[in-house]
Amino acid sequence: MKLKKGIPLIDQCNKLGFWGGKFGGNFVPETLKKPIEDLEVLFNKLKKDKKFIQERDKYFKNWIGVPTRFIKLENLTRHVGGAQIWSKVVSDANGGAHKIYNATVHCLLAKRTGKKTICGDTGAGYAGKMLSMAAKKFGLKCKIFMGAKDIARQQPNVKAMKKNGAEVVPVYSGSQTLVDAVSECMRFWVANCDTAAMCVGSTVGPAVFVRICGWSTSQISRELKFQLIDEFGSIPKKLKLYNCVGGGSSSFGFWNEFMDYDKKQFEFIGVEAGGPAKSKKHAAPLTYGSKIGILHGAAQYVNQNSDGQIEETESISAGLDYPGISPLHCFLKDTKRARYTAASDEQALEAYKLVTRFEKLRPSLEPSHAFAVAISESKKLSKDTIVVVNSCGDAYKDRGILEKRLGKKYVKSN
Amino acid sequence: MLNPISVAFKKAKQENRPALLTYTVAGDSSKKQSLNILKSISKSADILELGVPHNTPVADGSQIQTSAYRAIKNGIKVNDIFKIVKDFKKFDKDKPVILMGYYNMIFQYGENKFLNKCKLSGVSGLIVVDLPWPENKNFAKKCKKKSIYFIQLLSPTTTKIRLKKIIRDSHPMNYFISMLSTTGGKLKVSPNDILKNYTKIKKIDPKKEIVIGFGITEKTIGKLKSADGLVVGSAICKEISKSLKHRQNPVTNVSKLVKKLKSKIL
Repeated sequence: MKLKKGIPLIDQCNKLGFWGGKFGGNFVPETLKKPIEDLEVLFNKLKKDKKFIQERDKYFKNWIGVPTRFIKLENLTRHVGGAQIWSKVVSDANGGAHKIYNATVHCLLAKRTGKKTICGDTGAGYAGKMLSMAAKKFGLKCKIFMGAKDIARQQPNVKAMKKNGAEVVPVYSGSQTLVDAVSECMRFWVANCDTAAMCVGSTVGPAVFVRICGWSTSQISRELKFQLIDEFGSIPKKLKLYNCVGGGSSSFGFWNEFMDYDKKQFEFIGVEAGGPAKSKKHAAPLTYGSKIGILHGAAQYVNQNSDGQIEETESISAGLDYPGISPLHCFLKDTKRARYTAASDEQALEAYKLVTRFEKLRPSLEPSHAFAVAISESKKLSKDTIVVVNSCGDAYKDRGILEKRLGKKYVKSN
Repeated sequence: MLNPISVAFKKAKQENRPALLTYTVAGDSSKKQSLNILKSISKSADILELGVPHNTPVADGSQIQTSAYRAIKNGIKVNDIFKIVKDFKKFDKDKPVILMGYYNMIFQYGENKFLNKCKLSGVSGLIVVDLPWPENKNFAKKCKKKSIYFIQLLSPTTTKIRLKKIIRDSHPMNYFISMLSTTGGKLKVSPNDILKNYTKIKKIDPKKEIVIGFGITEKTIGKLKSADGLVVGSAICKEISKSLKHRQNPVTNVSKLVKKLKSKIL
């Protein structure tokens, strides 16, 4: 299994949609074969179409507000006393998280197909919120599937979705989290694929959804490349890019542009959700050696029992609370291009405390996982090492959880 | 030796009626009850589909989901399912049993090991919901070697070119999904339109048996009886849930329902 140079990773899958011959694919009911094939044809055409790219860039610039900031966390760097810690503040994007890129592209695609409704899944609520924003912007009806447990713990985003006119459908099956929301959304699409478009909220699902999402979030690394040159005069010699990994959309987008660099120069570190320190449950299939299985149409490393039933996950972060992981990350793990590790709920909370104490930045619980590992590893790194953490979401949506776990002052001070 | 599935179709044809296929979830509501249900309906049904419960079923509606979650909660494992089939075949050795499920269950068990167990326990056919053509080519070949039918699914969205290719590669039985829906949806297409689609597909290769499933209930089954076979699943799962809720015996109730279904297609 090998990565190819000079070809975007999203296009390195074979005809059946497998990366490295075994990750991804299209394990879908027959009914979805045709709509998926149609979407593939459309996407393959449009991603080479200059006009479409101009249109995308126009909305990215004028509506999403790219580029997002790339800033040095001076105080945190001084406190940690090792590598230089920087952050790509992707939460600057309209709506407060990276999910806006994928949502916008899916709505642009849906407009081309003439479909009037778009449906999507959401965990932390960001994918749903962004899809509801984009759907409103482009005049599409929007239906969001969300686990009942997530609806309870991510209220600010639920309110935002409703305000944007989206219908939020609570999902009560299984663990009532993201995994069930994705299943229910796929079911809705099976029954309505003639009139509705589907947006999968991360780099998961049947191959074309992995590719569209990866293509969309790659905006993050595209602008980071310019920002690095701007800041340092040239690409620095030693960089480490830390990103949380749930489904894997923000991390993939954060790394994509640097894929062909030697990993000694650009190291990628993916941080999964380790769950509560005292619990055996987690959402870290790559870190804890889960076996390959099929989930939501794709072969991937996934938490499951020996019979093949998908296992329940546990994490303080709804956005990372997913038993599987993008086929792209499975591929990056097996080719050793990226390194994966996990942070516990408690470590993420500690990191949130530390970051907000020293900086004017409030990463949501998802990127707080990445900060936890970045901070702990930075201590041992030389001062010429550039550590960059993708702060891919804003903590506003986590107010309830933060107040409960850390006390009122951590919500108020921000 | 002819596959028992083909024998069942032949017999139904002789009686000038479609074959009746039932779907129940293995282990619903318990391993024992599930076996008892099979035994009790085997007189009326021609082919028994047995669902391999999975906890992430992307093509199933709420009725079958409920049955699947109940079975999993009650501890059903893949090996138990083979045991149920084996025990049932001791009771009625000629009645064909088809296992229907999601690919991950087979993948984790190991394709070859799974097929060996199918053979040993007496499974005659397999439906794998999320292993479409052409991804299923290799596995279908393996099934053929074991004289197990791999049943291809066809949908209203399947293009004509694709239909031809799938049917060319298919085994003697295929499954036409009546409408765009998960299992158990309300029939949103008229039986006439379903039969029109069915006839188009049937013409591609009239020798292949085609059953229609999804959304078929006591009310609609009679209008579709010109097909080779008709599958009722969610309505049966619903009956089990209802019986449990009212503390009635699901075995008797399901048996009654299947008898009624049969009477509508005679």
